[in-house]
Amino acid sequence: MRNIIVIIKKQIKDTIKNKVVLIQFILFPIMTLIMENAIKLDGMPDAFFTKLFSVMYMGMSPLTAMAAIISEEKEKNTLRVLMMANVAPWEYLAGVGIYVWTICMAGAGVMATGLEKKDILFYLLVMGIGFVISIVLGGCIGIFAKNQMVSTSLVMPAMAILSFGPMLALFNRTIEKVAKFLYTQQISVLLNKMSFGQGNGESIIIIMINAAVFIALFFMAFRRRGLE
Amino acid sequence: MIQCANVYKSFADTTVLSGVNFDISSGEIFGLLGPSGAGKTTLIKILTGQLAYEVGSVKTLGKNVESLTGEDKKNIGIMMDEFGVYERFSCVENLQVFADIYGIPHSKIKETLKMVGLQDAMRKPAMNLSKGMRTRLQLARVFLHSPKIIFLDEPTSGLDPQTMKSIHKIILEKKETGVTLFLTTHNMEEAAALCDMVALLNEGVIVEKGAPKEICRKYNHQKKIKLHLSSGEDLELKHGKESATEISRLFEAGAIETIHSSEPNLETVFLELTGRKLQEDA
Repeated sequence: MRNIIVIIKKQIKDTIKNKVVLIQFILFPIMTLIMENAIKLDGMPDAFFTKLFSVMYMGMSPLTAMAAIISEEKEKNTLRVLMMANVAPWEYLAGVGIYVWTICMAGAGVMATGLEKKDILFYLLVMGIGFVISIVLGGCIGIFAKNQMVSTSLVMPAMAILSFGPMLALFNRTIEKVAKFLYTQQISVLLNKMSFGQGNGESIIIIMINAAVFIALFFMAFRRRGLE
Repeated sequence: MIQCANVYKSFADTTVLSGVNFDISSGEIFGLLGPSGAGKTTLIKILTGQLAYEVGSVKTLGKNVESLTGEDKKNIGIMMDEFGVYERFSCVENLQVFADIYGIPHSKIKETLKMVGLQDAMRKPAMNLSKGMRTRLQLARVFLHSPKIIFLDEPTSGLDPQTMKSIHKIILEKKETGVTLFLTTHNMEEAAALCDMVALLNEGVIVEKGAPKEICRKYNHQKKIKLHLSSGEDLELKHGKESATEISRLFEAGAIETIHSSEPNLETVFLELTGRKLQEDA
């Protein structure tokens, strides 16, 4: 447990110094605050920008941060130093994962200020689940990629599909048909309903299938590559 | 402290280590000399449990390397050329990470940085450090948890002579504390200056081992004495009574400016044994 806390502390310290990761974490919450307060159009759904940016935030930040952190440590060979200092691979991954999840949840907390009070808990719960899935996928890419360049080239398409899929699905029915298999699209559906009421069964099943697939992929990547 | 018996290791069809044997006693500096690609780093990785081997047995801290526990590993310090530092972190912050992992009070960080001569660069981000300073920072990281065995993979590679000397001083100071040090190098002067025992590794085979001076004496086939006379002339005399008489005569005449024995150094021994230079690619 101590090693996990050390990794979390290290990452928190690094966030302040690592502008690339820092921007990933704060960009969408800031954009949401600005847009929600600056743009009010007739007929616009409640908290439109909060919901839109939340899904984009979920598809981008945890994925990019997780993959970038792991691949950078691999490329700079600091990960091997940690392993030699007796930090177990699972402790490292748990530490980075918990850190990314916590920061993203803090970002989601900021974004939630545009919502009605009764919706906040539901929103945070759904976002929390979505962040976990993105973190698992980001971890998968980080494990698979040998360096930052490979990581970026793998993250970009995944991020584009997961983040922009739900947004483009708003304007195109064909894209919507394909995007409905993405957990981000289903989380977008849940955020629009803002309740666990009836009719959410399909969304929950698709989210669970996505999670199962990414977790399986994560373990496959880890068994094959480890953290070398 | 370390026992390596008949170790073999290959990658695909290439045999990297072939029947490697040696014992390292506690408190000793052991140097593994060999040119690049000889198998030095592979051997360090095997001795520290980072890499599996096919045949033989390896004991580190008196235990089979495969059965080293987390607690055992706390008694091992490793500095490898390829190991990195946290670029955005200062020297202190870099060490804080490892102090927390090993459960060492942060008060020891300053002391360790002072030991390696980084007291004036404590708050400097690692990305702004020179190569020599980065090496010192890596040494500080290795020394921080006071391990019983320290592995140093080419610790002075690419450093200027002055920095190299200061690193040697740090290593020798560490030896004084009773630590066992295993270092790899392709610099024979470094090995001769630091090591109690050396092994010469060529293409995965140890071709000679022993104390540096003993090895040099063993391969002193020429048994010659070199004289530089005040007249500017150089003389080479073979060991023997006749030479002793001649040297005595020259001394009496005050004609000798310098006198040298001509035993080989580790570089020439390595060349004799393998036909290769230690630093052929340096």
